[in-house]
Amino acid sequence: MTKPKIAFNWASSCGGCEIAILELGTELVELQDKIDIVFWPVALDFKYSDLETMPDKNVDVTFFNGAIQTSENEHLAQLLRAKSKILIAFGSCAHMGGIPALANTKNKEQIFNSCYEETPTTDNPQNITPLTKFSAPEGELSLPEFYNTVRTLREVVDVDYYVPGCPPVGPQIAKVVETILSGALPPKGAVLGASDKSLCHECKLEKTDRKVSKLMRTYETIPDPKRCLLEQGIICMGPATRGGCGAICLDANSPCRGCYGPLPNVIDQGAKMLSALSSVFDAESEEDIQKLADSVVDPIGTFYRFGLAQSLLKRTKE
Amino acid sequence: MIDLDTRFEPKIVGFLCRWCAYTGADLAGLSRIIYPPNITPIRVNCSGRVDPQLVLKALAAGADGVLIAGCHPGDCHYINGNVKTIRRFKLLQSLLEQFGIEKERVRLEWVSASEGARYASIVESMTEDIRSLGPLNWKQEVVIQA
Repeated sequence: MTKPKIAFNWASSCGGCEIAILELGTELVELQDKIDIVFWPVALDFKYSDLETMPDKNVDVTFFNGAIQTSENEHLAQLLRAKSKILIAFGSCAHMGGIPALANTKNKEQIFNSCYEETPTTDNPQNITPLTKFSAPEGELSLPEFYNTVRTLREVVDVDYYVPGCPPVGPQIAKVVETILSGALPPKGAVLGASDKSLCHECKLEKTDRKVSKLMRTYETIPDPKRCLLEQGIICMGPATRGGCGAICLDANSPCRGCYGPLPNVIDQGAKMLSALSSVFDAESEEDIQKLADSVVDPIGTFYRFGLAQSLLKRTKE
Repeated sequence: MIDLDTRFEPKIVGFLCRWCAYTGADLAGLSRIIYPPNITPIRVNCSGRVDPQLVLKALAAGADGVLIAGCHPGDCHYINGNVKTIRRFKLLQSLLEQFGIEKERVRLEWVSASEGARYASIVESMTEDIRSLGPLNWKQEVVIQA
């Protein structure tokens, strides 16, 4: 039997998903005997031309991490879709935009201004910003185009499965790889390596029916490590987020930030979290409620930290 | 003269609680009160039942505005459903503001079953406010073009 051919790719992401794969450790070494890695730019020396010359549907499974923010990301997404039998959106960015999608609160011009002009450490007196084409004496140079709006993988190509997480946790990755290699494929569009219940189901912290009259950001307090963080006034995305990660952030006394994405049948994770948060408000009068609502400093960054590109509104209006 | 053929007609989705606001809207109709036809009323059991997802979905799918209307505070058929609405709505308002959606586009109002005239005047003022703001056209103007 020939070994299944596997490809990994990163688009607009931090590289944490690649580290998560390396974190499999000895399992990854054992996996080497069972699979054939045909493309993995971050770890092995492959060129895009290797991929381009492959026949279509040559790769059995592609793990694609990262959001689509540049023309290069989009090109690779389309290329890998054509070359793969199964395409998996791997990690929060490919699944729902991830941290890069917070760029959707700005436009390209604002981002370029910030990166190439305004940051205190930038020294750019000629205001040079990246161009897609540049004629140098040695010939024409090119760079990918930077898009105004970050998209998820699903918005660009057809996706077979989703593996959530920033990054997906090791034991879940191993399970997903095992499932795929076993050939017992789940229905198309399934979210793999995660639970169908909210994170609160696997969180060990004690929950009562306590309401809060004040919200705090994580740096403002050291929470009681035994009690539900939401009930202590710290916004924890647990109620609106899929479990499966093992509540590891909570183990570190840190609130869930929502990287495992919305629960089944939920379209908009942020809207659900907004509802959940309002339900713990200990306020009856309009003024008190307003005060509590105003204390959420950055609603998009809080409720859509990983999911802006997948949300209903997708980006802000200028 | 206003050219009625080219005048922008806002599309407003109304989530009306069945006990007060929807009955109030019914009364506006029964009383033959004339008000703009720009609202599409949807009857819900309680304004507290209006999931913010529904509001965002309406806006993303082409509505120019959303009205949530329920019983006056203290008059809720389910005792305090409308207080839950306020809690949710205040958070939703600050979220929408960050998305760049004007305050006038999404409103929370109290209309009792006997306030047909009030319902009509709310719809009228909302229609005019949104008309002067112009279309929202979220998908085409914001998501695709931006």
